[in-house]
Amino acid sequence: MAVLRLRFTKTKRDKLAQVLWILNWISVVTGVILFSLGLFLKVEINKRGELMAERDIQYVPNMLIAVGIIACAINFLGGKICYDCVDTTKFLRWKLIMLPYIICTFFFTFCVLVGALMCYSMHGELEESLNLGLAEAIRFYKDTDTPGRCFLKRTVDMLHIEFQCCGNNGYKDWFQIQWISNRYLDMSKKEVADRLRSNVEGKYLIDGVPFSCCNINSPRPCIQQQITNNSAHFNYEHQTEELNLWMKGCRQALLEYYTHIMQSIGLTVLITWLFELSVLTGVRYLQTSLENVLRQGDLDSESDGWLLENSFMETARTNLNIIKSLGKSNQIDTANNGDPNINVPSTSKAHYGPDNVPPNEIPEAS
Amino acid sequence: MLLKIKFSQQRRVHLAQGLWLLSWMAVMWGVIIFCLGVYLKTELLRRAEVMDNTEIHVVPNILMMVGLASIGTNWVASRACQDSLDATRFPRWKVFLLAWFAVAAVLCCLLIAVVVLSYALQGSLEESLKVGLRNGIRFYKDTDVPGRCFQKETIDRLQMEFRCCGNSNFKDWFEVQWVNNRYLDFTSKDVKDRIRSNVDGRYLLDGVPFSCCNPASPRPCLQLQLTDNSAHYNYEYQSEELNLYSRGCRQALTDYFMELMNSTGPGVLSVVLIQLSVCLSLRYLQTAVEGAMALEDPEGDSEGYLLEKGVKETIEDLKANALKMLKFGQVDPNAAEGSSEAADAEKAEKTASPTPAS
Repeated sequence: MAVLRLRFTKTKRDKLAQVLWILNWISVVTGVILFSLGLFLKVEINKRGELMAERDIQYVPNMLIAVGIIACAINFLGGKICYDCVDTTKFLRWKLIMLPYIICTFFFTFCVLVGALMCYSMHGELEESLNLGLAEAIRFYKDTDTPGRCFLKRTVDMLHIEFQCCGNNGYKDWFQIQWISNRYLDMSKKEVADRLRSNVEGKYLIDGVPFSCCNINSPRPCIQQQITNNSAHFNYEHQTEELNLWMKGCRQALLEYYTHIMQSIGLTVLITWLFELSVLTGVRYLQTSLENVLRQGDLDSESDGWLLENSFMETARTNLNIIKSLGKSNQIDTANNGDPNINVPSTSKAHYGPDNVPPNEIPEAS
Repeated sequence: MLLKIKFSQQRRVHLAQGLWLLSWMAVMWGVIIFCLGVYLKTELLRRAEVMDNTEIHVVPNILMMVGLASIGTNWVASRACQDSLDATRFPRWKVFLLAWFAVAAVLCCLLIAVVVLSYALQGSLEESLKVGLRNGIRFYKDTDVPGRCFQKETIDRLQMEFRCCGNSNFKDWFEVQWVNNRYLDFTSKDVKDRIRSNVDGRYLLDGVPFSCCNPASPRPCLQLQLTDNSAHYNYEYQSEELNLYSRGCRQALTDYFMELMNSTGPGVLSVVLIQLSVCLSLRYLQTAVEGAMALEDPEGDSEGYLLEKGVKETIEDLKANALKMLKFGQVDPNAAEGSSEAADAEKAEKTASPTPAS
């Protein structure tokens, strides 16, 4: 009872082989696309590497790159096989390789599916990484004289300008850290000394933000300092003012950006997976129909093609037995205490020498 | 004959095939030129708000026109090639090809003109930007005036994108009131003093908008009281270079557009070369095929040339033809006199002849 049996005439087989050849080459192109998508994601993540804490997020683009390269190779081989299948004599070359190839490709499509699902699962890790990374970056904003961190100010400023965001969760993050370096603070001034003394840790905290948080859509010149003090600015109310600074937090802005990229990539990989699966099905039909033709002997006749020879359960059982017996090839059968002669029926033919004359029954001694 | 070359049948066929490929390549280059023109025009339109006039638009306009014209022209050339080896179809191209050469010559001249213009119009571009930016900076504060309310956003975006400040430099902001009166507290003494100290009653300060700030500066941006060294700790106005963008926006934009137009230069010149080679090859093909058709044996050798007579003679011929065409409508005065004299002579003869009879 074969699974999804189909009848194939000679012309149908040839056409199937040609179509599969073209589809395999299209799959090579999709493999290249997967590879480039993985590369693109890797580059995008590395571009903002300074703003992300150490987390395991590189595995997604690496997986996509690997899957892309393997897809190219597998489909290139598949294209070659299908090209040769049009000519039945050439098919004999590939006969032994085809079944392992199909099994490998089947497991490979699982990898493609896993790759697609990973794109969607990266969200949580990425958010953690961004949260920690941005908090660090904001803390070290003022350290433009410390080697290794001197470009962090510029990175954060460009991030604010490019993604139209401010701070980690919002602009109030800047009120909690000192973002003006001590080099630029006049310690002799009373106001500065007061502020430093009023803080437990001796940090110079102000209710102001860097210039890069300024919103260009605001109708009035940007208010950066004394943001919470309504009386410091004319016609200004801090609670209702929305256009003055960027309201969005940078973590959310970056997360949205990366989620958008990964959702598009995930969708593309899913479509590629479906395509690969259909190509694999076609190759399986081609293989079984060609094998049946060879079994029948007449190369021009019709033959059957199927996905599985027996039903799903039987095939699973047979394969399990094969796998079990693979492990047992060197073992002795311990069921009969190791004696191979027990349970051999006496009616079985024994060989009694060249004449094959059975011995006379020995009469019982009376 | 100018620059004769002998062509066997084989060479004629090769020439036709090579020319067909070359003309399709020229079509492709025409598409590229058109796209370049479109790109340049889009970039100029994007910054149209800070430009005063549109004189510079003549460069992308010509590029687009020439691109389209060269696509059509070279497509016609490829058709002519295909017909050239067919003796029945080629004769009808004879007059057409003369017009084609004229059009191709005009296209080459236009392309060279574009390259020259893109250098020559630099001054005009700078002037246009100067006026446009000056207006932009003047109307920066008018975010409540319809028609000018996006000027602030435009200027801020421009300064951040091109890393520039003001028209010639950041001091342009000191001469303009860029804070709207709506946000000035007229009861405050400081504001009143400033306004009174200015002749026109404007609120001028030695400060710049936030978009002039340079993110590469190691210290948080200083926007206000820029000329006052004592207002900021450890600050010296004359030696401070990293705090704001030091370049003026006029300079930045001019450099950007000049770079864009100069990068199209090599492309345009290579199109001129390709067009010239198509022209020359087509002329040789035309003369060689016509020569072959005139022979008794069409498959034999013929000669191809650029001009039938020498350069001077061809020019004289062209002049004579042109004058003849111009004189086509006029009555020839010498011929009229001659004919009236002849008529008189006839009449005299007629009157003279009857008298002997009577």
